[in-house]
Amino acid sequence: MKYCVLVAYVPDTASIIKIGGAGNRIDEGGIKWIISPYDEFALEEAIRLKEARGGEVTVITYGPDRGSTGLRECLARGADRAVHVMGGEATFGDAFAIARVLAAAVQKAGPFDLILCGIKGVGSDQSLVGAMVAELLDVPHVSGVVKLEVGEGSLTAQRDVEGGTEVFTAPLPCLVAAHKGLNEPRYPSLKGIMAAKKIPIETWKPADLGLDEAALGGAEATSRWLKLELPAAKAGGTILNGEEDPAGAARELARLLRHEAKAI
Amino acid sequence: MAAMADDSVASVREMVREFARRELAPHVREWDEASFFPAEVFRQLGELGMLGVLVPEEYGGAGLDYRHYVTIVAELAAVEPGVALSVAAHNSLCTNHILLFGSDEQKRQWLPRLARGEVLGAWGLTEPGAGSDAGGTRTTARREVDGWVINGAKNFITHATVGGVAVLTARTAPGSDHRGISAFLVPLDTRGVVRGKKEDKVGMRVSDTSSLILEDVRLPADALVGAEGEGFVQAMEVLDGGRISIAALGLGIARGALQAALSYARQRHQFGRPIASFQGIQFKLADMSVLVSAAELLTFRAAEAKDAGEKTTRLSSEAKLFASEAAVRVAEEAVQIHGGYGYTKDYPVEKLWRDAKLCTIGEGTSEIQRLVIARQLLGE
Repeated sequence: MKYCVLVAYVPDTASIIKIGGAGNRIDEGGIKWIISPYDEFALEEAIRLKEARGGEVTVITYGPDRGSTGLRECLARGADRAVHVMGGEATFGDAFAIARVLAAAVQKAGPFDLILCGIKGVGSDQSLVGAMVAELLDVPHVSGVVKLEVGEGSLTAQRDVEGGTEVFTAPLPCLVAAHKGLNEPRYPSLKGIMAAKKIPIETWKPADLGLDEAALGGAEATSRWLKLELPAAKAGGTILNGEEDPAGAARELARLLRHEAKAI
Repeated sequence: MAAMADDSVASVREMVREFARRELAPHVREWDEASFFPAEVFRQLGELGMLGVLVPEEYGGAGLDYRHYVTIVAELAAVEPGVALSVAAHNSLCTNHILLFGSDEQKRQWLPRLARGEVLGAWGLTEPGAGSDAGGTRTTARREVDGWVINGAKNFITHATVGGVAVLTARTAPGSDHRGISAFLVPLDTRGVVRGKKEDKVGMRVSDTSSLILEDVRLPADALVGAEGEGFVQAMEVLDGGRISIAALGLGIARGALQAALSYARQRHQFGRPIASFQGIQFKLADMSVLVSAAELLTFRAAEAKDAGEKTTRLSSEAKLFASEAAVRVAEEAVQIHGGYGYTKDYPVEKLWRDAKLCTIGEGTSEIQRLVIARQLLGE
């Protein structure tokens, strides 16, 4: 079995986000970058499948130089091969452009029996890329998977829905977008970290995939980030001192809840 | 090549930091209060390779060098020093003693199991009457036709309760000459090995410390490690490496305490502004930072010398002395910056302060380190 995992290298979810220069991007200064936590579930699942039934795991990322650090970590956890499609500046935030690049990379690196990714990046949180890649590759996809069984030529996948569980079967090759709960990702071991240093990362450009990145991000772009705004700062709470006049404080609390907060 | 090696130190640091943040940090207070040894954590540490850091791959270890090793100990220590102490004792005392002086058969039998964490290792030099004066060992090993019979007692032994095997020193010739001391490999399930009282320690409470009583413990002839009469010299060389790991332990504690103090000083307001804006606090933070940086430099200097194959007796003691004293000082200042809150268990600094004190005592007190350094300087 050949497994392909698409990974995004994104700001740590604990980052303090500031808006950068032109107002439509975050300020990347001081940001710690991590493999998207949902992509970690996808990678872990691929490695477990490989360990259980043999095969090879290829990881692919599309982005600037720093993406290689994320790929190294994937190799340290047990991936066998890593492909870095360099770029991403021109196509920033355009899910369809990103999907076109990744689909082309999957085709060039493949064929694969199973393609996995996280349900979303945690960058822009659009949850679009996985489904788009599946469409472009003309393979079925199941998104938000929390349990996966892979058989001969087909898979069974479960997803949680409001108040229940959906169970899908799909023929291989197929794309599966992982959700939290699919597994508990491992830490890279010391041996894995050292072994990963010896595996060369294949570096491609969109042009190597027959794509014009400038056109993808220009004339062919389907969406652009115009403006980012931080949520309004939270106002300080109101503290009622009830020590001297508890009855008065209770009356005031009831008044505020009814007229200010409109909660009662 | 150097750049590649540095890169791998950074990757290892990142992995251990994440491990400590997720697997240790949420439990620190609970484990400390219960004096609980987290066996499950040690199973994970074994799987990740952190219980055989210096063991070559042919014996099932990670085959890394001291720079990686001190990085691991320091990162664990910044969050849970007791776990870091156990990792240090397991790696650099028991496991390293077998690695440095064991026969090929002893290595094949024990190193893979130690490196995987299948068994934890203990190391016994200290006795009720032999601490700083390690030559004062009273435990005896009597040669018999088919092996050895050991009698005596060891105390303050890390992993005496949870461990599976120990390297212990015992007298094979009477008197007080250190050349009468030999080292033995003792599976702790051997008949006659009694695990004594568990110490109720001030700090490092998750790390298991107990005494071992040895009553007519019969060992095969091949339990002897290296040559007869070389146990003391072996122990001193083992400590050359061990002391670097205690330096890393001190470094990690100091760094953890500085981080906690920085974060508190930014949040705590007095007189209408954060206390970090007061010069009195700033001077403290600056002095703490200098101690952390100096401890880091000395620790990595000793580690690099060890990796280069140099004799590190002086450097190991210098790093151990400085980083241990720095840990106590920085942790104490962190408590001071926290004021009354620092004196409660609601903040992590009182624990780091308690844990730090072990560093100036274990594997040779600060005073013994000064003697070792002076003797090296004076060529005695």
